[in-house]
Amino acid sequence: MRKISLDKLDQLFAEISSKSALYIPVDTAAGAKFEKYDGTKKMSDALNTVRSAKDFFFPQTENLVDFKVEGKTIEIKETVKEDEDFVVFGVRACDVKSFEILDRVFLADPVDNFYKNRRDHGIIVSMACTRPAETCFCQTFGIDATAPAGDIECHKTTDAVYLEAKTDKGAKLLKSLNALTEDADASAVEAQKAQTKEVFKKLPLAGLDASAFGDGKTNEFFNAPEWKTLSESCLGCGTCTFVCPTCQCYDIKDFNTGHEVKRFRCWDSCMYSDFTRMAHGNPRLTQVERFRQRFMHKLVYYPTNNEGIFGCVGCGRCMAKCPINMNIVKVMKKLGGNK
Amino acid sequence: MSIINDSLIPVIGVVTDIRIDTPDVKTFRVVTPDGKKAFDHKPGQCAMLSIPGVGEAMFSITSSPTNTEFMEFSIKKCGCLTQWLHAMEVGQQITIRGPYGNAFPVDTEFVGKDMLFIAGGIGLAPLRSVINYCRHYRDKYGKIDIVYGSRSMEDLVDYKEIIDEWVKDDGIDVHLTIDREQPEWTGHVGFVPNYVKELGFDTNKTAILCGPPIMIKFTLAGLQEIGFDKTQVYTTMELRMKCGIGKCGRCNIGSKYVCKDGPVFRCDQVDELPDEY
Ligand SMILES: Cc1cc2nc3c(=O)[nH]c(=O)nc-3n(C[C@H](O)[C@H](O)[C@H](O)COP(=O)(O)OP(=O)(O)OC[C@H]3O[C@@H](n4cnc5c(N)ncnc54)[C@H](O)[C@@H]3O)c2cc1C
Ligand code: SF4
Ligand code: SF4
Ligand code: FES
Repeated sequence: MRKISLDKLDQLFAEISSKSALYIPVDTAAGAKFEKYDGTKKMSDALNTVRSAKDFFFPQTENLVDFKVEGKTIEIKETVKEDEDFVVFGVRACDVKSFEILDRVFLADPVDNFYKNRRDHGIIVSMACTRPAETCFCQTFGIDATAPAGDIECHKTTDAVYLEAKTDKGAKLLKSLNALTEDADASAVEAQKAQTKEVFKKLPLAGLDASAFGDGKTNEFFNAPEWKTLSESCLGCGTCTFVCPTCQCYDIKDFNTGHEVKRFRCWDSCMYSDFTRMAHGNPRLTQVERFRQRFMHKLVYYPTNNEGIFGCVGCGRCMAKCPINMNIVKVMKKLGGNK
Repeated sequence: MSIINDSLIPVIGVVTDIRIDTPDVKTFRVVTPDGKKAFDHKPGQCAMLSIPGVGEAMFSITSSPTNTEFMEFSIKKCGCLTQWLHAMEVGQQITIRGPYGNAFPVDTEFVGKDMLFIAGGIGLAPLRSVINYCRHYRDKYGKIDIVYGSRSMEDLVDYKEIIDEWVKDDGIDVHLTIDREQPEWTGHVGFVPNYVKELGFDTNKTAILCGPPIMIKFTLAGLQEIGFDKTQVYTTMELRMKCGIGKCGRCNIGSKYVCKDGPVFRCDQVDELPDEY
């Protein structure tokens, strides 16, 4: 394990950003968000960014391919790979785990090479949590926020940041920073971890249990009458899906610029009414079915297809952002509690 | 710098032949610019066709895999993209990617079986691929019955091929029907589900059902009435699709993705899915 004192953190950022693009969470008027380090930005102390870190690998919109259409002929202009490495610093345990959940979708055969390319070039420097929020329930899904992993795992104490490489990629980066860091023993980190774990035990959602859900539970929950009451005031705004680090639905849309056609992939939402609309009807006619889809996917369908792993990481973003104050915790309590 | 190769990026296809099947269905023959088949496929698989700037949609590959020269798509005009496709002339380039989906188990479960194909309207598109595959490897299958119905005589897709080829084959019985009487029509009149019951087939057959959801529902019920078990009946499902590879999250029924785990399902497997299709 290496460490660097807090007053030298800017030097560390300067060193990393001299070699590759570096993104750190910074405070903005709209809350914390990841921004490219420019030599002056300060790392936010906020618990987490408003939007998740999935944008780095699965951006909100991306250009898949361009076409030049002339008369009866079409020319395909393939997209060029961005092959520069980049570093994302300060990713929380929940978001680190969300990459694993997205990996199981985008890296499954056939591999999504847009996503894979970014995963290959991205280096994740995680940051352990010390002051979790009341909306946090990562522990429900077995995530240890005091050991967030990533390529390099960081722990910030009152006077230093401790860094430990977790992968070969991380080891290489950490080694390149040796001139700025010094060897450290783990005692300060261990003490802080133990303290934080006590805080986690006292969180309001500490007892939230997901074991009623999971692999093979489709028939048990699909026709539950509670979906109707739970979804009653859902506006179908899609906010929950956009802030969610594990939501993966996308649309493919063309844009004609006048001299070429650009094909984009953009985030979409199963909460939208036209998501599944077809010529002969819509299998999800009302918000009840759309709402059910979102939560069944996280709690039942995803685990069914992924050895029981849940599709939620308990980041609490949907709790913080839903305009009608609906969220996955309410769904779990209502449905799981009745069993 | 290198180029990203991805299954979402299509290749160019050239339309080399257009056949007018019915007032709203045309069949398009597609090859690559150098005159080859764009990719191999199995009966029942689909491809994403697109006109850049208009849209992209999924269509069954209606030609048989045994056709090594080109692919064919029978397309019903029903919206924005399909309208554009119908307006195409020979020589027009489109984009194509695939193949997508599972396929009918033509080389496993179907081998040695008597086959009963039942289609309604454009539902013949996925079946034509299997029918012609079975005709090509005729010895591998038993007797073949085909029940096909449409609204009117003019709405029967592939009518010429059916009359010129299928009905002339040994060991194939074709049973055509239309919904309402027409002066020129000497064949059967009535809806597919009732016709299937009237024909009253042996129940040792493997049945494949494709068509509008309502036709599938009533025909399946009819087959069960005459003694078929759901494990003997296959069908295809159709949901809105964007990616075709199980990632865009659009076509799931419960934990199954129709684009990847389907579109072919056995009817007892359909029963295991939640009722959302
Ligand atoms: C697995 C599969 C196989 C198919 N095979 C064939 C085939 O062989 N021949 C054929 O003619 N059609 C087939 N279809 C249907 C075909 O994809 C739609 O008709 C087509 O997407 C409509 O596109 P459009 O742009 O013309 O319509 P749009 O302008 O997009 O819309 C017209 C209406 O069709 C709806 N729609 C959009 N996508 C679909 C869809 N995938 N399925 C049904 N309705 C849709 C729209 O919501 C709207 O209500 C298949 C669909 C699937 C999923
Ligand atoms: S469902 Fe809510 S709590 Fe779970 S990962 Fe998504 S935004 Fe976070
Ligand atoms: S954020 Fe709330 S209101 Fe909006 S779609 Fe999600 S659950 Fe419904
Ligand atoms: S079409 Fe994208 S998941 Fe099936």
